[in-house]
Amino acid sequence: MVKRWSRREMLKRAAVAGAVGAVPARALAQAEPAERYANLTAAQGATLEAIVARLIPSDASGPGALEAGAARYIDRALGDALARWRDAYSAGLAATEAYARRAAGKPFTELSADRQDSVLRDVEQNVATGFTPNSATFFELVLGHTLEGTFGDPHYGGNRDFVGWELIGYPGLRLAVTPEQQRMDARPEMTRLSAYDLPMFAADDGGHGDEHGH
Amino acid sequence: MAIRLDKTDVVVVGLGGAGGVAVEPLTAAGLDVVGLEAGTWLSPKDFAPDELRNNYRGWPQAAQKANREIPVHRPNATAPDSPRAAVHPMMNGVGGTTLHYWAQSWRLSPWDFRVVTETRRRYGAARIPRSSTVEDWPFGLDELEPYYDQVEHALGVSGQAGNVGGVIDPRGNVFEGPRARGYPMPPLRGTEFVDSMADAARRLGWHPFPGPAAVNSELYQNRSPCMYHGFCNRGGCHVSAKNSTAVSTIPRAQASGHLDVVTEAHVTRIDVGRDRRVTGVQYRKGGETYVQPCAAVLLASYTYENTRLLLLSTSDDFPRGLANNSRQVGKHYMTHNQGAGVLALFARKVNRWYGLPAQGVAVDEWADDNFDHSDVDFIGGGNLWVYSDRRPIEAASMSTFGRAPRWGSAWKAFVMENADRWVSSYLQKTTLPYADNFLDLHPTVKDPLGDPVCRLTADHQDNERRIASFVQDKMEQWFREAGAIATQRLPVGTMGVTTHAYGGTRMGDDPKTNVIDRFGFAHEVPNLGVLGASVMGTSGARNPTLTAQALAWRTAEHLAKSWSVIAA
Repeated sequence: MVKRWSRREMLKRAAVAGAVGAVPARALAQAEPAERYANLTAAQGATLEAIVARLIPSDASGPGALEAGAARYIDRALGDALARWRDAYSAGLAATEAYARRAAGKPFTELSADRQDSVLRDVEQNVATGFTPNSATFFELVLGHTLEGTFGDPHYGGNRDFVGWELIGYPGLRLAVTPEQQRMDARPEMTRLSAYDLPMFAADDGGHGDEHGH
Repeated sequence: MAIRLDKTDVVVVGLGGAGGVAVEPLTAAGLDVVGLEAGTWLSPKDFAPDELRNNYRGWPQAAQKANREIPVHRPNATAPDSPRAAVHPMMNGVGGTTLHYWAQSWRLSPWDFRVVTETRRRYGAARIPRSSTVEDWPFGLDELEPYYDQVEHALGVSGQAGNVGGVIDPRGNVFEGPRARGYPMPPLRGTEFVDSMADAARRLGWHPFPGPAAVNSELYQNRSPCMYHGFCNRGGCHVSAKNSTAVSTIPRAQASGHLDVVTEAHVTRIDVGRDRRVTGVQYRKGGETYVQPCAAVLLASYTYENTRLLLLSTSDDFPRGLANNSRQVGKHYMTHNQGAGVLALFARKVNRWYGLPAQGVAVDEWADDNFDHSDVDFIGGGNLWVYSDRRPIEAASMSTFGRAPRWGSAWKAFVMENADRWVSSYLQKTTLPYADNFLDLHPTVKDPLGDPVCRLTADHQDNERRIASFVQDKMEQWFREAGAIATQRLPVGTMGVTTHAYGGTRMGDDPKTNVIDRFGFAHEVPNLGVLGASVMGTSGARNPTLTAQALAWRTAEHLAKSWSVIAA
């Protein structure tokens, strides 16, 4: 199993991601995957990281899906809640690499951000070949899961350090909300909590497990 | 071999929104009741504010009986099956879908009970679509009013009455039928955004009002008021402020000593004897098969499962399924055409991060027969609803209104600015029953026990498509008046698996066109009652649950009062 990141490690990673700045996808993905993966191979992980880094990029406005841990979220979920998509990811990631080589002459992970975007546009618009049943289906799958991994509860391995919630200005979990906090100009302080940090929902192991609160 | 249990008075199949209500009047009358529920008990600890789990992974339905028998849809009898839904929209559990529903608790309008008569009277018989099988209900709103009142108070419904004894109160729905008294609790609070929508509706000359909800606006029956935390939509309530049957009627029935709740019971057949009377119910639990003998059965699973269980329960006397010698089981299927909503983009943040789907504002001018249909080409209409409810994954999955790509840096910049500037609306529309829209058993797709799943053959007809277009026009007008800078109409789609499914066991006086009599008992099987929206002959333009609950109370009360006749 993937170990749970300590808060310190998460902060360190977020800081690194921020420092990398405008071209983190390439820089990180070219070397080796940032994560150790449980359900994907290292090569698949590297490709997935490169994709999510373009879907929601890290840029001047702040960190993106890679820094949120969306790839890690997907990898973990492929072992349980998203297990039925495991084969689709294996095939789709391989097809993305193969198409990148055909269309752009290089592995996807080694392309510039612009070239990666143009490959992904082909995948999105269903003109990329070599996908089963087709490339658009794979694109929608990854895009949906990238949103889950960026904006979902950090309990599942994504939305690391709440970067997704900060990105859209979500003020976080509250068990009780006042009328004032529902005013249109209200900007409640962000709570920075996972649901399972709250004692009434914490897992029986004290909240340190990776299980999903069923 | 099957384990034969001791006989009880009544078996209720399904302890959800309808069955969970029926057990209270039954046990209060001293009848011994066995409640067979496919799910388990859930507690507030199970109701974590977790959007990913609740809204994207279909918790807790994903691990349940319902999810192993998801119906299969096809738009018409010659079309191939549509792709099968991944998650059943309803859930098993003590309390059923009242655990995680939106809790909007509407009464039907007077028109809904008399669609045929009123349409003929006002516009002429030709205005009823030719292929529609719609009938008037066997009674009017006045018959059901005391039962609406009963369940509003038994469960706890908050709201603002608009018509008490014929006296119109403009703070409530001026179009509603007369009620004996107001709601037991004042309405849920508004929000600044919701209130701004109400103001816009008034500027249009409309009559906005807060909707009714089985959610506490104040302490009720010693349960907490709502905390507005934002995870009510497909989530259970962590403070039991949502008045599911699991926290209201079922515990009181248990306290009577007359209710035995059996969880994780998968009902497979209803047994019938030689006298064409129900003798008991078969169910699977823990790998064993049980037979629970009884004097009467109330079938209270969801619309799809009510039809399926009847069709599966074949016998010499009922070779086409129980109570189906009339061939009416599965007929008159309807939904609410819920898909065709309208989205809006505003130029400022609206703060919809918190609240609940029931915290909103309704407009009823364009529903039912609340406006003159002389110059439109349809009958019926839709209720418009705008509310405060939107969690982060949903927010980020927003439409870009044609103003940005769907991913990449430009998308990111767009959602950073607009994730809290967009608003959805919920438009519930009349759907009439048609000969072409029906439920039956799928010829090949089966559940893990080998029983065929329910098949939906259904699509929107011209009348319903025209309603959708008309109501979307009105919703766009309302959003624009409130300052929206862009609107987007969502597609009508088709009539797939839904939370608002009606028909299949329609109630009516004519046994040739209805499965259930005016009290809720099968014309062909006198000690078999059916509960739920499956008995409703019209859909109305508003959430079905309270009507299903009022009918359930009424049928249960009738059973208790007529016990010596029905259970003889």
